[in-house]
Formats: sequence, structure tokens, C-alpha cells
Amino acid sequence: MKRFIGFIKKEFYHIFRDKRSLFILFGMPIAQILLFGFAITNEINNVDIAILDHSKDATTNEITNKIAASKYFSIKKIVTSEADITSVFKKGHVKAVLNFEKDFSKNLIKEHKATIQIITDATDPNTANTISNYVNAILQQYQKEQNKEIKIAYQIVPETRMVYNPELKSVYMFVPGVMTIILMLVSAMMTSISITREKELGTMEILLVSPLKPFQVIIGKVFPYIFLSIINAIVIVLLSIFIFKMPVQGSLFLLGLESVLFIISALALGILISTISETQQTAMMISLMGLMLPVILLSGFIFPISSMPVPLQLISNIIPAKWFIIIIKGIMLKGVGIQFIWKETLILVGMTVFCIALSVKKYKIRLE
Amino acid sequence: MSITVSNISKSYKNVKALQNISFEVKPGELFGLIGPDGAGKTTLFRVLTTLLVANEGSATVAGFDVVEEYKNIRNSVGYMPGKFSLYQDLTVEENLNFFATIFGTTIEENYDLIKDIYVQIEPFKDRRAGKLSGGMKQKLALCCALIHKPKVLFLDEPTTGVDPVSRKEFWEMLKRLQQKDITILVSTPYMDEAALCDRIALIQDGKILEIDTPKAIVKHYPKQIYNVRATNMYQLIYSLKKYEHNHSVYPFGEVVHYTDSRTDFNPKDLKLYLESNDLNNVEIEKTVATIEDTFMELAK
Amino acid sequence: MNNNKVIQVEGLTKMFGDFTAVNAITFEVEKGEIFGFLGANGAGKTTAMKMLIGISKPTSGEANVAGFDVFTHAEDIKKNIGYMSQKFALYDDLTVKENITFFGGIYGLSRKIIKEKSDVLIAELGLEKVANQLVGSLPLGWKQKLSFSVSLLHDPKIVFLDEPTGGVDPITRRQFWEMIYKASNQGTTVFVTTHYMDEAEYCDRVSIMVNGKIEALDTPKKLKKQFNAATMNDVFLKLARG
Repeated sequence: MKRFIGFIKKEFYHIFRDKRSLFILFGMPIAQILLFGFAITNEINNVDIAILDHSKDATTNEITNKIAASKYFSIKKIVTSEADITSVFKKGHVKAVLNFEKDFSKNLIKEHKATIQIITDATDPNTANTISNYVNAILQQYQKEQNKEIKIAYQIVPETRMVYNPELKSVYMFVPGVMTIILMLVSAMMTSISITREKELGTMEILLVSPLKPFQVIIGKVFPYIFLSIINAIVIVLLSIFIFKMPVQGSLFLLGLESVLFIISALALGILISTISETQQTAMMISLMGLMLPVILLSGFIFPISSMPVPLQLISNIIPAKWFIIIIKGIMLKGVGIQFIWKETLILVGMTVFCIALSVKKYKIRLE
Repeated sequence: MSITVSNISKSYKNVKALQNISFEVKPGELFGLIGPDGAGKTTLFRVLTTLLVANEGSATVAGFDVVEEYKNIRNSVGYMPGKFSLYQDLTVEENLNFFATIFGTTIEENYDLIKDIYVQIEPFKDRRAGKLSGGMKQKLALCCALIHKPKVLFLDEPTTGVDPVSRKEFWEMLKRLQQKDITILVSTPYMDEAALCDRIALIQDGKILEIDTPKAIVKHYPKQIYNVRATNMYQLIYSLKKYEHNHSVYPFGEVVHYTDSRTDFNPKDLKLYLESNDLNNVEIEKTVATIEDTFMELAK
Repeated sequence: MNNNKVIQVEGLTKMFGDFTAVNAITFEVEKGEIFGFLGANGAGKTTAMKMLIGISKPTSGEANVAGFDVFTHAEDIKKNIGYMSQKFALYDDLTVKENITFFGGIYGLSRKIIKEKSDVLIAELGLEKVANQLVGSLPLGWKQKLSFSVSLLHDPKIVFLDEPTGGVDPITRRQFWEMIYKASNQGTTVFVTTHYMDEAEYCDRVSIMVNGKIEALDTPKKLKKQFNAATMNDVFLKLARG
């Protein structure tokens, strides 16, 4: 046991003395979550828009004022004809134009229905989406207020001239994905690199010739990263809760357990990679190509699995990250308990056991 | 016997790294494996330290079989690989502590053994190993290999890339360790270090050329060697190689070591021949063979 | 400047902050000489050599290499010298011929000349059978001999060798020195930095650096006499232990 503790102590020295790995360990998770969070956030501020009002009546005036009063938009231009719309967009003055139809109030009262067109600059699709969401929200709020006063319910129909992408609806969707990537990166890549570094330095030879048992070496190498990965998971969850105000619907305890399970499966993959690579460079390449890319592309994090070609859908099944994302999305966003995700959990357990068994089998007690 | 090696062969793909190697090392002996890079020294060390399994043959270290009882060997040997293999980002003291802990001991417990060496690096104990000079690194590596009081010590090219002063100190340390009943197997590409071992094996291309004490080995040299000097070294070598009776011609620092194929060789004939080839200040004198001469004669 | 002096160094100094790596060294090397530049690790050998081959700017002093000033004509120096080090010599993943062609190309030799030289070189080294094999598959000794020949490809005035023969078997090593003698006989100056003292024995003259200064400079024979030592190794030990 003393040997083991000595070993772990040494591992921590390595980690804390290497600025690069420290950065990957702690800088990256925070940077990534903030980057993803803010880059794809629905927070917008003071976006310049233009108004094309064909009615110029009390209702359109009120709505325009409401929009102008919100901190999200500022009305930069009032245009007078459809032809001007193209020109303001081309000049890049505004990100969106709100087009009120003719006789807006009249239609609203007569037919209980009026149309407002939201034209957004789709060169930046994320912002475009967000803008239309916000305008919608303001319109809906206005209707609620009005409908309280007037007994007859009426409806303002927004027409958006952009395809709505439900996956981008919320930053919340990204937290599970980013968390998965980071845990994968820290656990698999860092362990495989730290084990191959010993091979490259030649210290592995000395460790092999010592009375340390192979599993002690492996556990000793892996243990610090389990610990650090858990800290990372906690940091990510805290960041999501406090910075992005993302509620975690389900049990935090269950989330923790599932995360530990995923961390262990990633570590097992890391060990597996280290048994087949001789240099840190190879280990890094295999981790990036073999783990990170599939996690980003095939796990359903960015591209929905259901819209992939069938062969890719099949491949996605062998990626542990896919199952983990389903699990944590369930816990964090839907608030489900183990009874809804036991199948995925079981698959992940199976994969972990398989990887550990394989790496134990592949681990060499000698140099070849 | 501390180490027995019998008929060990080892191949990688199509390279025969070791071919039918056999030798024995007695307890407390300082045994040297002398040979150039690629001779198979490191492979042999790895077989003996249980890191590789030989294709053929058997070997024991400290009485244990290198394949069957590898765990016992790992408890009782010290190994210093050819490349500096310590943690560069740990300090001198942390490295030593680490190796002590994984062998289940402490620095204090075996301090006697390493004291002589450790005092020389102790002033730098808080320095990272990566920042030490070549000679210091080597001393630290030796301390780490000794920290668990091994019965047999394996040193693979400990003096490669180290300056002469540190090399000399290192060999003095080995001599002192020998007094403490540690069997030492050391490898080196430097022929001049061979004389410092009790017995040596000359090794090239995976084969042992000869095993004996350094003194006996040079005595076996079959010919009389002559030192030949002249003003122009290039012309001298060129002319000697053209000389029909030459047996071997090797530049040896400022002189050329020459042996003749005839039994009744008279240096005066050679001198005349060289002078007729426009060489000036020709000097020819008898000299004794060195281990390097023997090595080249055997490897020829 | 004297035409026979291909390297002239006076008071050459290199400082890194407060640390004086090379402390006012002065020496001359003649055309065709084999000059051994010795010193322990960290004595300043490498720093001094870097200044001479034009890749590091001296702090003060003067140096003239192959007829060019190291301060103002570093680029011309590079064209007129060859360089070979034990650490980097040839590309293992190129064939013998490809390596020769590549290095010839670097020094701006025409394709025709490269072809001619490459054939001569391969024949001289007896590499005909392996000319199209990857350099990585050759024995270390062959690589080093090839590497030395490649460094001479563009007929440099001076060739700098950085620890050229460490670890090579004794016979190959002698073949290597025979090549050096041949180059020197043809008028190429050979500048060898090393900390292997037995390599020093082969040089015409030897300088020994200790802590940034040249502490001894003479023929091996005279140095051994001066220090009353049997080998250059003993000379070095006496110097270093002060």
C-alpha cells in the first residue's frame, strides 16, 4: 500500500509540474464550456433591427415600442418599402427586419389574426434563430397582456423566413456534449499519454524490473486522473448551473455515479491505447482520431444520429459517448431516474468491463 | 554463480540480436560486456532483467530462472538502462524517495550503500533531475538502482556521453561497490574501460568473440604490433595498406598499429619501403597489444 | 588575412545574461588541419561551435571562418562549410541516393553534378548494393561514413564534426578516421568537437576548453609531454581537476 501511495504521489508531481497538462486538465474544460455556452447562447443584446410598418396603427406602434424598449433590440432604421429590405441587409446595417402587414389592427380585431413577418439575416444562423425566438417571445407576451384585457382572444401570427432548428433551441443541449468530450479528453488522452511517456523516457523499464505489479502501475497511473476527472465533472456542472442557469432536473447523485462509470470506461480506453502505442505522439494521435472525432461527430452531440446514414448509425452504437450523452441528457434535462436509463447504463458497464479486460490482457509484463 | 547464461539466442524479425551466447559471472565479480553499438548488449541486459524472453537458451540471475521466476529477480536486482531513465520533472530527492518506496524500502534503511555516491549529489537534492549535468544524472541513476540493496547490479552503458572526469569517478564507485558484495554486470563501448573489469566478454554482432580477464585477452594477441609514425598520416596509411606483407593496418591516434604477415619480419625493410614512398620521419617501434587491437583482430 | 588560416578567432565571447558561456577564446586553424575541439559537457564547446558556423551571434570578439566574418557574413560561411553531427546525420526514411540528392540540392549543386558525385561516392564507400535502400536499414557505421561523405559533397573548405564516432565499432571507426585523413590530405580543414578523449589522439592539434576558456592548445604529443601524461584522457583529467 505504501508503494502504491508513493506511486500516486509521484503522478501528482508530474501533473502539477507540467504546465501543458495542467492547462488541458483545468483550462480546457472551463474554456470549452464557456466557449460553447456563450458562442451558442440565446443571450443577445442590442441587436440592430429595422421596421417596415405597412399599417402604422396603434397596435403596430405598441409592438414596435415594446421591442424598442427591450434590451435585446434597438431599432436602427425605419424602412418604407419591401425594396429597402434588401438594401439594409446588404449594407449590413441590421440583423433583422420586422414587416407588419397592412391593416394590422383591423385584421386583428376583425379576423382575430394578423401577420408579422420576421426576416432574419441567415448568414449567422444561430443569431438569426435566437432573434426570431426573442421576437416571438415578445409578441407572445404582448398577446398575453392584451388577451387579459380584451375578452376575445386573438392571435398574432409570426412568420419566420428561416428554417427553425430545434437542436439549437437551447444552450442546455450543449452541456452534456461538452461534458462528455472533456471527460473523454482528460481521462483517455491524458492517461494514455502519461503511460506512454514512461515508455518513451525509459522509466517503464525500471518500473517493470521493480517488484511493482503491473496492475499497481496501471491503477497508480490512472487513479489521479479518476480524481481529476471527477473534479472536472463537478466544475462543469457547477458552471452550467451558475453561469448558464441550467437546472439539473434529475438526481445529482445518479449523475455523479453515471459520470464515474463513464470516466472509468474512458480510462480503460486510455490504457488500451497506451498498450498499443510506443510514443506519446502516437498515443495522442490515436486518442484524437480514434476517440475525440467519433465523440464529436458520431455521438449525437452535434449531428443528430437519426439523420445519419444507416452505417454510421450502426457505428455510433459502439461509441460509449453516445450512451453517456443519452444518459446525462435524460438526467439533466428530463429529470429521469435510473428506471428510464438502465439499458444505456448497462451497455456502458458492458463496454467498460470489456475494455478493462482487454487492456489487462494486452498489458505486457515484459517489453514485447 | 550470480549469473549464468547458456546458449541464449534472440531475434527481432530478421535481425539476429544474440546468437548462442553463454557465460557465467561469479558472485562479487565486476564483469564487463565490451562491444560497439548494435552488438546486442542491451538485448542481453533486457533478457537478464526479465524484460525480454529469449528465443532459445536459458539464464539465471541470483539463482532464479529469468522466465519462470522473473518476479524473484525483479525483487533482487538493480537496473540502470542505457538511456537516462529517471523522472526529469522530479527533484533528486523525490526520485530517490520514489524508487525507495516502490521497492518497499527507505533512503535511511540503505543509506550506507549509497552514501559515498549520494553525498556528491546531496547539495543538489532539491534540483529537478532534468537540470543536472550528465555526470550528476548518472550518479543519481546509480543511487536509484542501488537503493534496495540489490544482489546483482545491471549497468547498461553507464558512461556513454559522460565526460572523462565523471567516467573515472564512476568506475571508482563501481570498484567500491564491489567490496560490498554486489555482483556487477556492466556494458560499455569504450575499450579503454575494459581494463577496469575483473573479466570481460568482447561482443559484436550478437556473438561473443572472447571471454577472459583483460590481461589474458591482450596476451592472446597472435602477432607483434609495431607503432609506425611518419609526417603525413594519410600517405602513411595508404602506403602501408599497399605493402604486400601487411597483416593489419589501423590508425591508432598519432600512430599506426601495423602487423606483418611474415614470421621473419624486419622493421628495417618496412622503413626502407616507406621512405621510398616519399614518407619522411619514419619511425617504427614495437608496442604491446591493447584490448582494442584484440577486438579488431577477432572481429576481422 | 593569411590565406592558410581558415579559422581565425580572437577574444570570441558569448554571454547569456550574466553567464559567460564562452570566455574570450583565441585560436587559429590552418588549411587542411585536423583540429580537435575538446571539453566536458557544458564547457562551452557547442556554443563556441555555433558561433563559428554562423548560427549564433557572438557577444564580442572577432572570428573569421573560411574567409568570412561571423558578424557580417554568416550566410556565406554556411555555404562554405560542411556539418555532421552524431545526433542528426541523414534521414532514415530516405534511401541512400535520395539523401545524397537532397543534401546536394540544399547546397545548390546542379542535378548533373549531384549525379556524378553520388555515383563516385557510392562506389568509394562500396554502397552499390544498398544505394536504393532506406538509410534506416544500414548499420550505424555505414551511416556515419555516408553522412561524412555527404557533408563533403559541396567541397566545403571546412567540415565541422560533432562527436562523430561515439559508439561505432573499432574497425569502422578507423575507416572513418582514414576518410578524415583523406579529406585533410586534399586540403579540407576538419574541425572535430568531442568529449571522447581517444578521438583527440587522432587530431593534428587539440584545444581543451574548461569553463568557457581554452586551457590548453597544442599537438597531442606536446600536450601529453607538457602534462606528463600517457594519454589525452589523462591530460584532460589533470586539466579538469585543476
